[in-house]
Amino acid sequence: MNPHLVLRVVSKLLIPIIVIFGFYVHFHGDYSPGGGFQAGVIIASAVILYALIFGMDAAREAVPAWFVRAGSAIGVLIYGGTGFVTWLLGGNFLSYDMLDPESTHHAGQHLGILLVELGVLTTVFSVMVVIFYTFASRAPDIPEGEW
Amino acid sequence: MESFDWTQLLDYALMAMLLAVGVAIVRLRNLFAAVMLMGVYSLLSAAWFVSLDAVDVAFTEAAVGAGISTVLMLGAMLLTAREAEPVKAGRHWAALAVVLATGAALFFAIGDMPAYGDPNSPANAYVGFDYLIRTPQEVAVPNVVTAVLASYRGFDTFGETVVIFAAGLGVMLLLGFGGKKAKKEGGE
Repeated sequence: MNPHLVLRVVSKLLIPIIVIFGFYVHFHGDYSPGGGFQAGVIIASAVILYALIFGMDAAREAVPAWFVRAGSAIGVLIYGGTGFVTWLLGGNFLSYDMLDPESTHHAGQHLGILLVELGVLTTVFSVMVVIFYTFASRAPDIPEGEW
Repeated sequence: MESFDWTQLLDYALMAMLLAVGVAIVRLRNLFAAVMLMGVYSLLSAAWFVSLDAVDVAFTEAAVGAGISTVLMLGAMLLTAREAEPVKAGRHWAALAVVLATGAALFFAIGDMPAYGDPNSPANAYVGFDYLIRTPQEVAVPNVVTAVLASYRGFDTFGETVVIFAAGLGVMLLLGFGGKKAKKEGGE
């Protein structure tokens, strides 16, 4: 029987909750503590937990290395792109009010903050997973006795 | 007479625990225990930040310090020995001199620090106060930290994102892209 049965069952239950909590931290960042950075780290920790329990090969199938490699650059592009869009709409770089100039309650600000935080989330999540993958693929497998 | 603020006892207790854990990390030779205690240290400082009402900072400290960096340190530890080499006694004295000089300078500067929670301190007056007043009208976001981070200081956060990207890029370029080939070479 698998010696890590309890760990496997518990982490299978926990990982979806961790990911949902990460997205909650991101989308609720305007109203409560947290934001893209924290959300990215939380979602990355879910992937790392999966890799620790189920092995690197399973984690690489779930979240491929090319995906996080591209993601670390795409996040910066989302952030810069938001600034570029406000620029094209006639405002300054990252002046979010241009995204919805008619709004009386600053809907543009909300949208802009959500978008740049999405960029932060993508980059932070990808870089954390990339660093973990590169470290973990160099480390020898943990011997059974050291768990 | 002013009533005694009992919550400051919590701050003192947390600071004492931080000191104890810090001394323990320095004295330990077993790297595994030291890495675990560093996670404990991060968690304690996160608890302390919550007690100081810096919830966003506490959140980041708990997620990054206690979570991700502990895992990364463990991954790095697997590549090296489990026990630290004992440091030669001569180096202790040089380190002690540096620590004493820095500590004396910090104690000297305490006199110029504003009192804890002073509403007229530079951190609470001027710009910080301005942000608190203007955020409801200009950004209309309840969490002022998010407003400052993403809206008022959007350029800074953009720079931080680029720094994180550069860090990931550096790791990828130095240690390889973590593909199947790198695994075979590292596994031996």
